[in-house]
Amino acid sequence: MTGPARREITLSVNGERRSLTVAPRKLLSDALREDLILTGTHVGCEHGVCGACTVLIDGRPARSCLAFAVQMEGHEITTIEKVAEGGEFSPLQQALHDHHALQCGFCTAGIIMTFQAFLAEVPDPTEDEVRDVLSGNLCRCTGYQPIVAAILSAARVMRGEGQA
Amino acid sequence: MKPAPFTYHRPATLDAVLDLLAAHGADAQILAGGQSLGPLLNLRMAMPEHVIDINDLADLGQMRRRDDWFEIGALVRHHAVATSPEGRRCMPLLAAAVGTIGHYAIRQRGTMGGSLVQADPAAQIPLVALALDAEVTIQSRRGVRSVPVADFVLSAMEVALDDDEIVTGLGFPLQSPTQGWSFQNFCRRRGDYALASVAVILDLAEDGTLADLRCCVGGTAPVAQRLADLEAGARGHHPTPAWQRDTAQQIAATVPAEDDSKATEAFRREIVEVLSIRALAEAVKRARVSEVQP
Ligand SMILES: Cc1cc2nc3c(=O)[nH]c(=O)nc-3n(C[C@H](O)[C@H](O)[C@H](O)COP(=O)(O)OP(=O)(O)OC[C@H]3O[C@@H](n4cnc5c(N)ncnc54)[C@H](O)[C@@H]3O)c2cc1C
Ligand code: FES
Ligand code: FES
Repeated sequence: MTGPARREITLSVNGERRSLTVAPRKLLSDALREDLILTGTHVGCEHGVCGACTVLIDGRPARSCLAFAVQMEGHEITTIEKVAEGGEFSPLQQALHDHHALQCGFCTAGIIMTFQAFLAEVPDPTEDEVRDVLSGNLCRCTGYQPIVAAILSAARVMRGEGQA
Repeated sequence: MKPAPFTYHRPATLDAVLDLLAAHGADAQILAGGQSLGPLLNLRMAMPEHVIDINDLADLGQMRRRDDWFEIGALVRHHAVATSPEGRRCMPLLAAAVGTIGHYAIRQRGTMGGSLVQADPAAQIPLVALALDAEVTIQSRRGVRSVPVADFVLSAMEVALDDDEIVTGLGFPLQSPTQGWSFQNFCRRRGDYALASVAVILDLAEDGTLADLRCCVGGTAPVAQRLADLEAGARGHHPTPAWQRDTAQQIAATVPAEDDSKATEAFRREIVEVLSIRALAEAVKRARVSEVQP
């Protein structure tokens, strides 16, 4: 079988225009990791369940394993590499650090991308709302309690209500 | 876990989509949110030759109220339906049910049309669309047609859609503000497809008896079930707690249910009974006698 033609595409990743040539079936997650060497986006299940590969597409969280790179022409992708640009932790990263909310860190990038968007939409969430959203990101290490605490604490800091 | 090769199309207009479907329909798959098709492609359970990406069709991404209907384009994302103030006011049952689909990130991409056409037996949208008497609008080079959801979803993952057709939107009759409603589901883990779900809508007459009851159960059979006999028998009754308990038992006893790898039939009936009690109680609590409303 002659495979469908590879395509040259241009997308915006973390504010930079990047060009690459990909087969249509190339997942966005693989294009980020293999072609753009942005390996902070992790790949767990490749069918939408684990949340490790979550990035922002036009500011909204999305599974990069359920999107194709060719679809992203004209769209803005944000990955974990953008979050601590300049070497400073974001409030969410700092809170995860302070609460010991990661061990192996495999799930962490997906959680940060998800909650960066969620806390922008809902700045003062209840614990139950945080747990509901966190259900989309599997963590095999922490038991979730420190992650929930870190997110609630980061939300307070981001609202200007004191320390992490 | 990589998809088989395919040719990718990104048409800019509905006309171009209809041409592509007319040319490749049988070997093509429409790509909307990709939240169901993506896993199927990655697992190679779907291997279409052509993938037609409809995400550029901004016209299909609109929702609006028109007269007594709420019209939602096929490409409207679950998150938009769940959080739209107008949707929550005019279509509270739909908004509440859609807000429980999958996870936050899944709801940002998943679409009304995709979920309906995917027709998972446990999915929220086919269930509440059945309870709300929604109409599906379908288009092809041959023309436009509209069918009730009850005639559209045929079986698990099977809908009455020809190879050259696309769903362009759904129309929902507005819920009345006096109507009581409830959506209840049970999942082992949050965001999983539910083992069972129940949707209830009811209207009270001036004397507080039931003027109308609609009751649908999802997840127990290949398609969501509307319990028409039970609905007809409920009219004229006072929806007391005793009636709610009896009715919940009746729902659980009569709904078609099967054993499968996730739950036994008996367990499913038990879940349906508990969900039905909660749904009926919540719907009765929300309902207002029509007269009291301005
Ligand atoms: C982790 C996870 C959890 C989930 N949990 C739930 C859940 O609890 N409940 C639930 O209901 N769903 C759940 N889903 C599925 C989700 O709701 C999907 O968004 C939905 O089923 C499909 O919508 P989509 O827009 O992503 O469609 P796609 O995946 O793009 O397409 C699905 C199918 O519909 C066809 N199609 C799409 N749009 C059209 C159209 N306009 N006309 C004709 N055909 C069309 C496609 O060709 C394909 O066959 C889950 C998904 C994931 C990954
Ligand atoms: S790798 Fe994408 S959700 Fe698991
Ligand atoms: S820290 Fe290891 S999976 Fe979450």
